[in-house]
Amino acid sequence: MPSWEPLAGLWRSRSAALGLGLIAFVLGVALFGPAVAPHDPFRTAPLERLAAPSAAHPFGTDSLGRDILSRVIHGARISILIGLISVSISLFPGTLLGLLAGYFGGRLDSVIMRAMDMLLAFPAILLAIFITAILGPSLPNTMIAVGVVYIPHYARIVRSSVLALKEQLFVQAIAHLGGGHGRILFRHVLPNALPPIIVYATLGMGTAVLQAAALGFLGLGAQPPQPEWGVMLSEGRQYLQIAPHVAAFPGGAIFILVLGFNLLGDGLRDVLDPTLRAL
Amino acid sequence: MAEALLQAEGLVKHYPAGRSGLGRGRAVVRAVDGVSFEILPGETFGIVGESGCGKSTLGRLLLRFEPPTAGRVLYEGRDVCGFDARRLKAFRREAQIIYQDPYSSLNPRRRVGELIAEPLEIHGIGGPAERRERVAALLGEVGLRPEHARRFPHEFSGGQRQRIVIARALALQPRFIVADEPVSALDVSIQAQVINLLRELQERFRLTYAFISHDLGLVEYLADRVGVMYLGRLVEVAPCAAICADPLHPYTEALWSAAPMPDPAARRRRILLAGDVPSPIRPPPGCAFHPRCREAFDRCREEAPLLREVAPGRRVACHNR
Repeated sequence: MPSWEPLAGLWRSRSAALGLGLIAFVLGVALFGPAVAPHDPFRTAPLERLAAPSAAHPFGTDSLGRDILSRVIHGARISILIGLISVSISLFPGTLLGLLAGYFGGRLDSVIMRAMDMLLAFPAILLAIFITAILGPSLPNTMIAVGVVYIPHYARIVRSSVLALKEQLFVQAIAHLGGGHGRILFRHVLPNALPPIIVYATLGMGTAVLQAAALGFLGLGAQPPQPEWGVMLSEGRQYLQIAPHVAAFPGGAIFILVLGFNLLGDGLRDVLDPTLRAL
Repeated sequence: MAEALLQAEGLVKHYPAGRSGLGRGRAVVRAVDGVSFEILPGETFGIVGESGCGKSTLGRLLLRFEPPTAGRVLYEGRDVCGFDARRLKAFRREAQIIYQDPYSSLNPRRRVGELIAEPLEIHGIGGPAERRERVAALLGEVGLRPEHARRFPHEFSGGQRQRIVIARALALQPRFIVADEPVSALDVSIQAQVINLLRELQERFRLTYAFISHDLGLVEYLADRVGVMYLGRLVEVAPCAAICADPLHPYTEALWSAAPMPDPAARRRRILLAGDVPSPIRPPPGCAFHPRCREAFDRCREEAPLLREVAPGRRVACHNR
């Protein structure tokens, strides 16, 4: 595929390669970490509570004496899943709505895009809080909330690409040959509308992790004792002055993963967007 | 006269042109403004005129890419706008187009083989294996190699891309092809190859062409009959040889006198036209050409001349002829 050729450029971009490295690292931890984690992330040890980092507990222990390193390792899996699932929840409906709105235009376009505008009018975190408040606080509901909040973003990006693409000669040529809407939309318009979406979805994974952590922090996301990074951060907040490591390590983990997605997303944008590449 | 394959009857296409200057009524661009002619089976009908005269719009109307504002296009005697879905699909098989720009008419993300097989898929012709064979044969027809099917459009030059477009147009074994400036985006050295290819294919598959061009040399070489357009109207329709030897309409005369001659030693009287082409939003009253015509008289300013037969097979729209 010629569209993947520029991806080789990712290796030449130092920041994108770093982003890819960070994500690969977190992904590796998520996949294999739980097998090598030094302790059970749920086992409490009241006598060792809030212990500073040591050889036995490299990241220290939390207020219940649980090993923070093990919890951060288990949390990686949750955070990666949050990124993937919430982005999927916004990506697929958003792309479909954008395709339909842009391609068919007219009333359908108005109805879809006004609905998207309504969703966009709420601040993202407020809307997510609203949705989790209705559905009840839990990890799956967090993913749904974060996913739904970002549907309009994808719809808008796809719609604007489609508006330009449907006027392209090679798209019209298929209609001239007698090809139907489905063929035109999914075989000619969609593949050419994907690059900006790939970039946005990559950046969106970082945002989703952050949003989910924020919801977790507010008590509306994953529920204790789940080792979700946002929840851990929230628990650590109370001991920030006497045991800063309790909040620092999950915070750092969030930082690394989000940074990785952002760097990779920016790098992807540079290699996939020909107008930027020319600069 | 043989039965026409395609016939245009008083074709009109107006496009809205935003708001008019005075704010009353809607201004329209008269892209095609009352055009009638016929294309005979097996011939090449050249449509010439300067840019903006409505040639391409006319081509699009002939293929029912958009509906005319008024008038009809008859294909084998039947109105193409009256076709039901089944008949329209058959028409889409029989009538094809070759676009001007071979760079934008091919999806950059699909392989050449997929692009050429696509019309076959759309019309449900053959299985995958048959289609592959057909694609290889088509690539051969247009002077490319079967292994080119695996490549992407960007790996080809403009001339080769145009060959790919031609192969795709041929895939459905059409009868009628609109060639809309098929070589004007190509290098002169490549133009001749593509033109000769079109000519060969016409002979082999008994194709009928509507050849749209602003290059009179090409039209002389390729066309059997020629229609000259000016500001959305046909000013002259005649056999190519006749029009080249003896253009009747003053505009045709001026147009032909401006065509470069292959022999640099040859001198001929160059007719210079004053002024620019008027806006198709507000064409001049009467004959659209009168402000620039050296033979214009009072009648030309008031009454639009109709296309009428002045000699067998020769029609011209001019009060003076």
